[in-house]
Amino acid sequence: MSGNKEEEDPRINGIKTKIRVVPDFPKKGIMFQDITTVLLDPKAFKDTIDLFVERYRDKNISVVAGIEARGFIFGPPIALAIGAKFVPLRKPKKLPGETIFEEYELEYGNDRLEMHIGAVEAGDRALVVDDLIATGGTLCAAINLLERVGAEVVECACVIELPDLKGRQRLKGKPLCMLVEYR
Amino acid sequence: MQTIISPLLVSHRLSLAPPVPRLLNNYHHRAPTSIRLSSHRSTNSLRLFSSTVAAAAAAAAASRDSEMATEDVQDPRIAKIASSIRVIPDFPKPGIMFQDITTLLLDTEAFKDTIALFVERYKDKDISVVAGVEARGFIFGPPIALAIGAKFVPMRKPKKLPGKVISEEYSLEYGTDKIEMHVGAVEPGERAIIIDDLIATGGTLAAAIRLLERVGVKIVECACVIELPELKGKDKLGETPLFVLVSSA
Repeated sequence: MSGNKEEEDPRINGIKTKIRVVPDFPKKGIMFQDITTVLLDPKAFKDTIDLFVERYRDKNISVVAGIEARGFIFGPPIALAIGAKFVPLRKPKKLPGETIFEEYELEYGNDRLEMHIGAVEAGDRALVVDDLIATGGTLCAAINLLERVGAEVVECACVIELPDLKGRQRLKGKPLCMLVEYR
Repeated sequence: MQTIISPLLVSHRLSLAPPVPRLLNNYHHRAPTSIRLSSHRSTNSLRLFSSTVAAAAAAAAASRDSEMATEDVQDPRIAKIASSIRVIPDFPKPGIMFQDITTLLLDTEAFKDTIALFVERYKDKDISVVAGVEARGFIFGPPIALAIGAKFVPMRKPKKLPGKVISEEYSLEYGTDKIEMHVGAVEPGERAIIIDDLIATGGTLAAAIRLLERVGVKIVECACVIELPELKGKDKLGETPLFVLVSSA
């Protein structure tokens, strides 16, 4: 099934109105999509999680990979509800023990995403979760990490998409599910 | 309220509190259950303590001990949670035995039980705010918040939160760091718990408490999966009680 926006669901509008847009953060010209205000509304936060859980509960997902740090807020509740493992994908040097990394591009320079060796096994069916998809660079790195260890990435799930940045096209053909678009 | 008495602190405890012979009998009867594992084992050292409700009130009033989840040796949830935590020696630097909760997150039952233990404790305590300390507090806090119907408030390293923030400085081994919270996230009079995966020296949690108290919030308790009791973090928390699931020496 290809990623799509849950258009008909009345809960979506409730979530969308809770997202706070902060202009010029972290720098001028960027309209930052702040999800912390969604988290302050227990109903909106619950609805967000429920929408994803309803979509994924019968899809045999065994891994929910969440991207540091806001993916750590949405990923675990989904993982718990669908009975999947939660795997944090982190900035460099945060995870103890053996890790693998994947590099990705920033506007200026590169960064890395790391995952624990042994967290994910070949044959695991995985979801990648983050609060927002912009250029798709981080999500692409996440997909690469999971595929390198033999997992199948079933879908990427984000609360918000910035479609003008065309991140959807950088997901190696994987579908994207998002709840709210910001143009 | 229940108090768990550390076998290592028994003599100290007696000097502070009225005699609690029943507790002592339980301890002696139970021959040491705390096991210090060698540094390269992948399981956590786990202290199992008996608790008695009757003796607890007196002992608790006289002591500032952190409170552990009720542990009967028969309770399978705590043992399973403790054994799912991986200890990594010499991370982030030599001499530190790092308590890695990521292996707990890979064990769906252990993760579910961890959340359930906190939810059971807090669901009827009128908690309106769950504050989670970046980043591992973001993993445990939200599921608890969702289950008890509270807001989740992330407490973050500097410059991560957009918009207006208030910040609180705290000491590190070398230098200082800051923790930030959004202005307006919480209101005076709200009742909060603060969540992190682990309490070590208590510096971060103490800063989180100060931040919330500055805006008029009552911190009902700090809750962590793991405590490193030798670092005496609970002593930094002032009047705020501490609740932990696993104590790791």
